[in-house]
Amino acid sequence: MPNVHPQLLLRAAILGVAIVIVQVAAVSQIVLFGTSADLLPLVVAAVGLLCGSLSGATFGFAVGLLVDAALVQTMGLTSLVFIAAGYGAGRLRELRDPQAVVIPMVVGAAATAITTFGYGLMNFMLGIDAPVSFLLLRQILATIVLNALIALPVFAVVRRWLSPALPDDPRRRRRRAYTTGGLSPLTRA
Amino acid sequence: MYDKTVRRRRAVLGLLVVSSLILLTAYFGERSGGALHNVQRGILEVVSPIQEGASRALKPVRDLFGWVGDTVSAKGDLQQTRADRDKWREDAIRNQTAARDNAQFRGLLNLDKQPKSLQPYGPVTARTIGSSPTLWYVKITIDKGTSSGIHEDMPVIASDGRSDTNSGLIGKVESATGNASVVRLITDSTMAVSARTAGGSAAGLVQPSPGNPRDLIMRYVAKDEPIAKDDVVVTAGTTSKRSDLGSVYPPDLPIGRVTRVDEAGAANQLPHLRPFVDLRRVQFVQVLTQKVNGNR
Repeated sequence: MPNVHPQLLLRAAILGVAIVIVQVAAVSQIVLFGTSADLLPLVVAAVGLLCGSLSGATFGFAVGLLVDAALVQTMGLTSLVFIAAGYGAGRLRELRDPQAVVIPMVVGAAATAITTFGYGLMNFMLGIDAPVSFLLLRQILATIVLNALIALPVFAVVRRWLSPALPDDPRRRRRRAYTTGGLSPLTRA
Repeated sequence: MYDKTVRRRRAVLGLLVVSSLILLTAYFGERSGGALHNVQRGILEVVSPIQEGASRALKPVRDLFGWVGDTVSAKGDLQQTRADRDKWREDAIRNQTAARDNAQFRGLLNLDKQPKSLQPYGPVTARTIGSSPTLWYVKITIDKGTSSGIHEDMPVIASDGRSDTNSGLIGKVESATGNASVVRLITDSTMAVSARTAGGSAAGLVQPSPGNPRDLIMRYVAKDEPIAKDDVVVTAGTTSKRSDLGSVYPPDLPIGRVTRVDEAGAANQLPHLRPFVDLRRVQFVQVLTQKVNGNR
């Protein structure tokens, strides 16, 4: 990862461990609308959106590895799908830099869809005989909707936790300059 | 500069993906005692106390959400529960008579005269401290392990607490460390339980109906075996006379109730069961640590 601040690394590591424990120990056991929320893809996507594609992918890999280890699942499977979620969210930021308020919601829903369908696809490819049932699709959709609903607060928490260690965003600096009386480039021209 | 950044990004991404694939391949290639499995067990050993603490600390939050959900669904469940209660009451009266008769038959056959109880199987009660976050929901982690006498392949039973009848087999221990174990649930595609109907003679192999955690199917039920909706299915235990082909499950553990039978009466009839236990609601489990009479 390019120019990763040690403080950011530390905060990301703490975030990763904490979110895996909270997800496995509590959130997975809370049933809402017949399904459970999955905070992991939301947090991975949020890290991607805030820190970029490489940080997102690396964070996704690490979180996936921890989940696989803690739940004695096939090692590398969750990592692979979380890499896609983190990298995709990071690339979106790098290429489009979207500013709309609902972006975390959309990205969270997309990340959840990628991870659930990706995990299912990988399982099928590894030989688990699992025909797609209506109930499964309904549960996946319910999880995506539920995750989309909680994506904004999750994103806000992740941003609040990581922001002291994030490099100063030039865009944010520019906005701050305008609102405190600085000249915009257009005025100067 | 731009090219260098792009190259570095692609290299790191490639490295991560390749690492995942190597892990995946190595994990599949090795036996359960291999290095990666040992690493997993080590991590589980470290993480499980933290998980247990977090599970206890976050229980009020879980209970709050559970209370809201239960309140919403309670009204709908009431009618069904009353019908179930009436049916179970009838069953209980019938069973008492049958149990009396049974004891006489057992006496005649010089068999065990003790009433059926799980105590001989050495049940160890444990708390659920973690569960798989995936929709496939195939594993849970419990807070007891080898130090409590729990080892691999021991059967696990539980109740989801919604009523006295919502209890039965939920899976078996997949791996155990000193103070934690991972339980593979009966909804996992690799699970298969030898089973039979409680009242009849229909026998088969209960497997999950993949993609639907509330549905199990009973394969290989013979064409002439009568099986119908609402029949209760229990574990068959060991049916072979050979000691090396013993079942890991004791006989007569409730599994579920038949909800429908596809192609009933045909050679490939396929009964569907609803498990007695809602696996998402399991808070406490019991691991049966002893075998009695080879589970016959």
